[in-house]
Amino acid sequence: MTQKLYELLPQIGGYIYPNEIEIHWGLLIVVYPYVTGIVAGAFILASLVKVFNVKEVEPLYRLSLLTALAFLLVAPLPLLSHLGHPLRSYEMFLTPQTSSAMAMFGFVYAWYLMVVLLVEIWFVYRKDLIIWAEEEKPPMRWIHRALSLFSRDVSEKALEFDAKALKFITIIGIPSAFLLHGYVGFIFGSIKANPWWSSVLMPIVFLFSAIVSGVAIVIFLYMIIIPLLGKTIDMECLDKAASFLFYAVIVDFSLELLDFIHRIYESEESIKILSELVMNKLFLSLVIMQVLLGMLVPLGIMVIIKVFDFKDELRKLLYFVTVILIQIGIFSTRWNVVIGGQMFSKSFRGLTTYKMDITGLEGLLYSLALLILPFVILAILLKILPAWGKSGEEALES
Amino acid sequence: MPRSGIEGQGSAEGRSRDPRGEISLLAVPLPAPAGGRIVNRRRFLKDLMTCVVSGGLFGGTLLKGVARASAIEAGKKPLYGFGVQVDKCIGCVRCVAACKNENNVPKEPFFFRTWVERYIIKQDGGTIVEAIGILPHQEAEVITEKNVLRSFNVPKLCNQCAHPPCVQVCPVGATFSTEDGVVLVNNKTCVGCRYCIQACPYGARYLHPETHTADKCTFCYHRIKKGLLPACVEVCPTQARLFGDLKSHASPLTRFKRMNKIHVLKPGLNTEPKVYYSSLDGEVR
Ligand code: SF4
Ligand code: SF4
Repeated sequence: MTQKLYELLPQIGGYIYPNEIEIHWGLLIVVYPYVTGIVAGAFILASLVKVFNVKEVEPLYRLSLLTALAFLLVAPLPLLSHLGHPLRSYEMFLTPQTSSAMAMFGFVYAWYLMVVLLVEIWFVYRKDLIIWAEEEKPPMRWIHRALSLFSRDVSEKALEFDAKALKFITIIGIPSAFLLHGYVGFIFGSIKANPWWSSVLMPIVFLFSAIVSGVAIVIFLYMIIIPLLGKTIDMECLDKAASFLFYAVIVDFSLELLDFIHRIYESEESIKILSELVMNKLFLSLVIMQVLLGMLVPLGIMVIIKVFDFKDELRKLLYFVTVILIQIGIFSTRWNVVIGGQMFSKSFRGLTTYKMDITGLEGLLYSLALLILPFVILAILLKILPAWGKSGEEALES
Repeated sequence: MPRSGIEGQGSAEGRSRDPRGEISLLAVPLPAPAGGRIVNRRRFLKDLMTCVVSGGLFGGTLLKGVARASAIEAGKKPLYGFGVQVDKCIGCVRCVAACKNENNVPKEPFFFRTWVERYIIKQDGGTIVEAIGILPHQEAEVITEKNVLRSFNVPKLCNQCAHPPCVQVCPVGATFSTEDGVVLVNNKTCVGCRYCIQACPYGARYLHPETHTADKCTFCYHRIKKGLLPACVEVCPTQARLFGDLKSHASPLTRFKRMNKIHVLKPGLNTEPKVYYSSLDGEVR
């Protein structure tokens, strides 16, 4: 490890504190907020259907819930993997330090997984699970029966209760989703030592970028999975979801712009080193990838779609390009926050460099694996809990 | 929660700010992280004893002052602080070497509990900073006496903040403040998340490459508890580094604070450092 640090020595510009050569939070910590952001965003998309009764996006409802679950299951992995002592992480549960934002992770996570997401999914699928179990052969039958927790009641009254419970959970779910990702923003935003992070806007910016990435990834998945299942894409649903995405990107963009203008206008002690950081070290990832490719171009495309009356096929293609660009943009956002925030010295006199490993726990391959894992989990989830088709039969066909 | 053998609980911040001093009867146990209650109770009883012995149940200021002095001499908990006389530092970095030896700090130039910065302020207003003998010059520039306006060396170390952000953020309480005002890391419970390293505004912390836990200056806690000086203070040939009990009127540190205009690093961040600098230049961050 120290060998790597020697290689960084010549790349230091200006003066940095000697302990600052090593970038402590690497790629894994970039992956972490990216993944939790998708969880929160996908969940908020799902809430649109239940709480705000947006009927058009109904086809995305179950998919977004399962996407949220798949990503949530992966969320703790990057955090655990980057610890110096992962086996001691249970200490955060046993003796959490209440003043520490990070200590709350386990609790926020557990709340979100156990109280919100799993319960909601259970109520959504309960009736179907019972019907499927009746019609299927083992072993699927056993799986579905077990997942329904052996409930059998599909009477009017029971279903009514399901619907009520769902509404209630979604209502708790929205603030919880806000909490989940706003909290991740707070982990960074509350560090007064670091002017790049320390901002009250941080949790809110995180939240909106989360919504953007979550909605975009659900649209992306929908556009891939539906053709694979031999079904047709519901254009009305796609348009509606895309227009939510559009508004979310606008809010996100305005917030980030506000943050930017505010910093420049206040022009505090750190402004010189931060502008050097942006112009030298983060130019590609911030100016080009995050702002231009990840925000302005998608916004432009979506405006064009709204203004011109394109054919379905072309619209689909444009939407597809948009959601991919947005993912790249949001990943760059996470990168710029996490890595960018460590590339300048707290003496405000110099910059250091981040050199990504390829192998190892902090390496590129491992992070890629972590990013692919949610899709694998989602595929399994969709096998067990089909997202489309109301009755058991239809689901079996697909 | 600190679970080391060190009796470290109540926050230093609470103590240093408590105007009633440490022997007042009225002193309610200070808010302490869970697990510190026993220590607090013991301290409270001790305080009570001292108070009764000194006969000053409602003693006036005078009595209280006398009681305090005698209490410290009778082995009461001190509050440690550190002084740096910038003008006296010659940049020999013997302190850095002594610290590395004393505290098992890895020898590579990326891990430091203390280091010395050299500042060269040029005629044209530009500033060149380097960590002496560690990091390369920021500019490969020939510096002659002519273009130097002023130059000085600044020893740096953990400020043992009374209001330490590193303690605030540690998710497992592995970093904690002792009653005598030192911030320590318990490497048995530290999970190596490095949040404290991010939170320290002074770059005072690093992750030890062998233990994979956070590490930083402890004022040589193992030495000062035996009445010795921190290793860096001991070897400093010019007494640029001073160490002592902030509560004791006789300590060299108190005299230093009385005789000099004092400044701390980054006061705007409200960390309340206990490393005090005299003749500190505005360029130092
Ligand atoms: S200087 Fe840094 S490590 Fe030391 S107490 Fe203050 S915040 Fe913590
Ligand atoms: S690395 Fe720092 S913040 Fe994290 S557990 Fe260790 S002492 Fe606490």
